[in-house]
Amino acid sequence: MIPELGQLALILALLLAMTQSVLPLLGAWRDNRALMAVARPAAAGQAVFVALAFGILTWAFVQFDFSVRYVADNSNLALPWYYRVAAVWGAHEGSLLLWIFILNLWTVALAAFSRHLPEVFVARVLGVLGLVAVGFLAFIIFTSNPFGRLLPMPPDGGDLNPVLQDPGMTFHPPVLYMGYVGFSVAFAFSIAALLGGELELAWVRWARPWTNIAWGFLSAGIVAGSWWAYAELGWGGWWFWDPVENASFMPWLVGAALVHAQAVTEKRGSLRAWTILLSIFAFSLSLLGTFLVRSGVLTSVHAFASDPRRGVFILCFLVIVVGGSLLLYALRAPKVAGGKPFAVVSRETAILIGNLMFTVAAAMVLLGTLFPLIGDALNLGKISVGPPYFGFLFTLLMLPVVLLMPFGPFLRWGKSDSPPLKRVLLRAGIAAVACAIVAAFVTDGQGKAIAGVAAAVWCGFGTLLYVFKRWREMPRGRRYPAEMAGMLLAHFGLGVFLAGVLLTESLSVERDVRLAPGQTENVGGYDFRFDGVHEAAGPNWSADQGVVTVSKHGRKIAVMHPQKRTYTRGQVQTASAIDAGFTRDLYVALGEPMDPKNVEGAWALRLYHKPFVRWIWGGGLLMMLGGFVSAGERRFRASRVDEKATTQAIPAIATQEAHA
Amino acid sequence: MNRLLPFFGFLLLVALLGFGIWWNTQHDQREVPSPLINKPAPAFALPTLDAPDNTVSKASMLGKPYLINVFASWCVACGEEHPVLMSEASQLGVPLVGYNYKDAPDEAKAWLEKHGNPYSLIIVDREGRTAIDFGVYGAPESFLVDSKGVIRYKRIGPLTPAVIEKELKPAIAVLAKEVQP
Repeated sequence: MIPELGQLALILALLLAMTQSVLPLLGAWRDNRALMAVARPAAAGQAVFVALAFGILTWAFVQFDFSVRYVADNSNLALPWYYRVAAVWGAHEGSLLLWIFILNLWTVALAAFSRHLPEVFVARVLGVLGLVAVGFLAFIIFTSNPFGRLLPMPPDGGDLNPVLQDPGMTFHPPVLYMGYVGFSVAFAFSIAALLGGELELAWVRWARPWTNIAWGFLSAGIVAGSWWAYAELGWGGWWFWDPVENASFMPWLVGAALVHAQAVTEKRGSLRAWTILLSIFAFSLSLLGTFLVRSGVLTSVHAFASDPRRGVFILCFLVIVVGGSLLLYALRAPKVAGGKPFAVVSRETAILIGNLMFTVAAAMVLLGTLFPLIGDALNLGKISVGPPYFGFLFTLLMLPVVLLMPFGPFLRWGKSDSPPLKRVLLRAGIAAVACAIVAAFVTDGQGKAIAGVAAAVWCGFGTLLYVFKRWREMPRGRRYPAEMAGMLLAHFGLGVFLAGVLLTESLSVERDVRLAPGQTENVGGYDFRFDGVHEAAGPNWSADQGVVTVSKHGRKIAVMHPQKRTYTRGQVQTASAIDAGFTRDLYVALGEPMDPKNVEGAWALRLYHKPFVRWIWGGGLLMMLGGFVSAGERRFRASRVDEKATTQAIPAIATQEAHA
Repeated sequence: MNRLLPFFGFLLLVALLGFGIWWNTQHDQREVPSPLINKPAPAFALPTLDAPDNTVSKASMLGKPYLINVFASWCVACGEEHPVLMSEASQLGVPLVGYNYKDAPDEAKAWLEKHGNPYSLIIVDREGRTAIDFGVYGAPESFLVDSKGVIRYKRIGPLTPAVIEKELKPAIAVLAKEVQP
């Protein structure tokens, strides 16, 4: 009975989503205030019913209601409660439910924090978000119902994919979706601006905090996914250019470009059409990512379902949403290149080059991801491009971004003098070269490691130079407004990230060894002593658990417990043991016993020493923080009266209207 | 015109994705060309399920074609495949060799007792080491090996009546012709 209520809630949510999209858009068009006023309550009502459906599915998992097919497929009696909750989004149907749930969270947040915006504009934004919700709710109801019954009810269920039974994986999808779906807000702002033929540019400022927060979440989601792959897959890698990883990375790249383009448009009025186009691209790539993962067009470790009906549905949805927006863009985008002029040496130029690189990189990733499909289409056979393609081209494209970045904050809008830039070049350059020379001696001339140190110092120190400059020149309290602090954090994060990537790639030591109990192997200066294997058990698995004692120069550093787990449903899963550190990770994965009959004896082990690997995620988290902090900028929250005082971008009439 | 460019670019993308969907309905995703087809099967020596002290090796199986079927008691899809094997095994014309994969022997025996045993022989790969040589993705999987020990046909995923009729039986028929030239 209760699961049917869940389905009913979804249907009611769909009806409310239709109301939320059609009536306010109509009202905005006909200038009918009553119709526009429907937007907020409809959005709130839809959110309530979607939350209800989500809660009911969660309840079904908690209660072991195996008469629900989705629950029976993805959980069993032995699965602990926290993984049962996470199992809600462990497979296709539930993850779509999570998608729409998060879309509702964003919509409700927008409805709540948009009281200072013109009502016509809010009606259009909520209307567009309603349209997106209609598509996804219809998709769930017609092709992927999570509340389908399984009769007769089985006594016990299947299992949640063991690779998903990991703390990292429980958080990864919600955070990632917060980012993915968050771009729908920037998208809705752009479409609303196009629909309204907005001549004023205030909408860009209203959109900025939403875009920055979404981008911050997406950064965090990608970091969580990368961390999970590292910890759980047992290969010690952190990025695989897998189609599903790429699906999240493309919106991130375009989002990074968008965050910068919005700043230009808000402050200078330039790049207006480009900013709109990027907002459409960012959300389209989020949708495309969903399509690639859910349609099974590309095979991947993540592909859950390949039901052609679903693929066709999402493709039609893509055509309507993306095709429609791009047509609207073609018809309504600002025709005149507005904004203040800028010289060759200016902040605008630097951001434009960065934007170009980010966009081309996203296109490159898209091409590489779809390559197997192109191969099929042109009858070239089964082909795919791997990490060499992505790695080489991506490095090439990001090189200008890294080189330009330290100059960014020092550059002025419009036109910049060269002396301060020369000083930056000199100081950051000298620091980078000096550290690179030290790195060359320490690492015995490892090219990648030297490049990593140089790039990291160039970015990190270059950013710090600007921090010092503000500290010296500005009075206390006005040194680092939120927007700037966020920018500096994210830029510094890039330096940390670069150090992590290049040092890990060049200095990691990985060794596959056969060790009998008591034997020791030296990896990267650490002595790994294998102390045998014993049995261990968890709530729904049993494991062979190895004991590895690590010491350096005879001093004990860590005792590690890598496991080879067998889950109740028979799937085998390696759980690696990681001793994390600021400058290095020690990583042990248990392979196979050399003699299957004697698990007490010798085992194959994988031992890794990974210097600075944590900096990769540290850098990503700094970027996330940058996105969040910059969204706190006062100017973004300014009420409309204050706006008049701080900028001249808004005509006075608009302000009067709000008071009328 | 300029502003329509993104739209046309998107249309191209849609065409490609639409093609992808159509292609997938025409082709089996799992139809990965196996590098093992028409190559000698990897050498193996594995204990049998009934008598763990007896090992069966590739060499001892030479001379007659046989079908290896990878299965496990923990594997859900194997349960779906099982009734098909129960009814078809006797009509294949080649012996069906069960390959018990990463399974506890007791559970495998209990499973066969409950669902029936279609296999004329069952070999056990408890740790899944030999399965790596066979390139096993997961259970169920089937390999047709000819009298000279060469893999002639491979199926990833459950055998269905349709697959047996359209793919497996023709492949066996080819083998039968080779034996009697």
